[in-house]
Amino acid sequence: MSEQQNSKPQVRAPRVNHETKPFWDATAEGKLLVKKCNDCGENHFYPRSLCPFCFSDNTEFLECSGKGVIYTYSVTRRTKEPWAIAYVTLEEGPTMMTNLINCDFDNLSIGQAVEVAFVDTGEGTALPFFSPC
Amino acid sequence: MSIRGKAYIAGIYEHPTREATGKTVPQLHAEVAKGALEDAGLTKNDIDAYYCAGDVPGMGGINQAEYMGLKLRQMDSTETGGSSYVLHVNHAAQAIATGHCKVALITLAGRPRADAKDKIRVRPGGGAPAEYGFEGPFRPTVTNMYGMAAMRHMYEYGTTSEQLAWVKVAASHHAQYNEHAMLRDVVTVEDVVNSPIIADPLHRLDCCVVSDGGGAIIVVAPEIAKQLKRPSVKVLGAGEAPKHLNGGKIDLTFSGARWSGPDAFAEAGVTPADIKYASIYDSFTITVVETLEDLGFCAKGEGGKFVSDGNLISGVGKLPFNTDGGGLCNNHPSDRGGITKVIEAVRQLRGEAHPKVQVPNCDIALAHGTGGLLGSRMGSGTLIMERADA
Repeated sequence: MSEQQNSKPQVRAPRVNHETKPFWDATAEGKLLVKKCNDCGENHFYPRSLCPFCFSDNTEFLECSGKGVIYTYSVTRRTKEPWAIAYVTLEEGPTMMTNLINCDFDNLSIGQAVEVAFVDTGEGTALPFFSPC
Repeated sequence: MSIRGKAYIAGIYEHPTREATGKTVPQLHAEVAKGALEDAGLTKNDIDAYYCAGDVPGMGGINQAEYMGLKLRQMDSTETGGSSYVLHVNHAAQAIATGHCKVALITLAGRPRADAKDKIRVRPGGGAPAEYGFEGPFRPTVTNMYGMAAMRHMYEYGTTSEQLAWVKVAASHHAQYNEHAMLRDVVTVEDVVNSPIIADPLHRLDCCVVSDGGGAIIVVAPEIAKQLKRPSVKVLGAGEAPKHLNGGKIDLTFSGARWSGPDAFAEAGVTPADIKYASIYDSFTITVVETLEDLGFCAKGEGGKFVSDGNLISGVGKLPFNTDGGGLCNNHPSDRGGITKVIEAVRQLRGEAHPKVQVPNCDIALAHGTGGLLGSRMGSGTLIMERADA
């Protein structure tokens, strides 16, 4: 077992704006959202008012299962407390940036199944980290 | 050639709001774009060029292009304050007249009144890019963002750390002859893979230098070039393209060179086989491998094999690259290396590179820049040049 266990993720509160407030409000309730376009049917991330695929403004938030697979990752090692940045492809389609926590940094792999693990920022939001499942 | 009669203004839109409470700056830019498209009777996917100024959040127009899901052949973020958008019409007309784009979008948007009242404050001059809250908390760094691209490339194509190391080895062979290079020691594949990992899978020697300095370029009309005593270099063709995360449909195994390269080759009327020397942006070794594939010097996924065994070393391999030592060994001034890429290509075409690395009969050269991050969004530019007497 590696010593590089990420037991204490660094938590930085996200910058919230008018378009993304519903997303961040939902994180406080343990819900992960993406945006769905009611015209072309595509889901997208990060959430926008206008669909980046067809430019329709008929978009709404969609609650996700919180499950996905690692698309890619990189452990930053030349630091006192290494961390694993990653992109995770959600079951609902879009791929999002995150950190992988509660895992052995030497036993991660692309394609590995992960699920969301929210960590409270203390400012009314939670960060959607992911852990192997 | 002039722009006279070569370009038309087809759509306009002025946003009705005078206090944009509840809207973001990227959203306002998208709304005016949508309005102008509807006025013109065009759709978003018709746009192939985007012009914006400092009111757009992010790096040039790349972040806003990502917000709007644009796929572009031309982008310009000339900033001259309130006059920017008049200049943009001129620049768009020039690009259309020369065949670099067909449908150019120009946007301006902001919310100074709403900002003043709003609890959700944004910085003056555009504020935070829309994706910021979804990336910043996860601590992206330059190295881990390139690292994630390298990890995926390795996963999909079997690229190895030893293959990546060959890029640095080749750069070091060239840097030994450059008296100004920061790192002049020749290194081996073992040296690279045994240097400490910064962010998986990139080692310290996979990373470019951090250096001070700079560079400059003078571009002139043909009649002026003829009057000058120094050997001049003809611009044959250019291509440019931003690449971004595409609404979450991401692919980190290629760069914007996949789009800028073919445009540049088509305009220049040459193919990768005609290129005698290439300056390839080398922020990291993986940047070179992906770019060489995207420019067509080898098939997708074959970049690792292509760079191996000294194939990028002048006098040894098939494609001499970065004969000044590149960003990996020589210079990456102000953390921006594009200008040094053009400069060394010009030295090669003039026959003024160091004799130990000068490519014989170097008549056609390419310079490619990758700005931003291979792991998220970047601006790519390809330039093809020819020796003036060739």
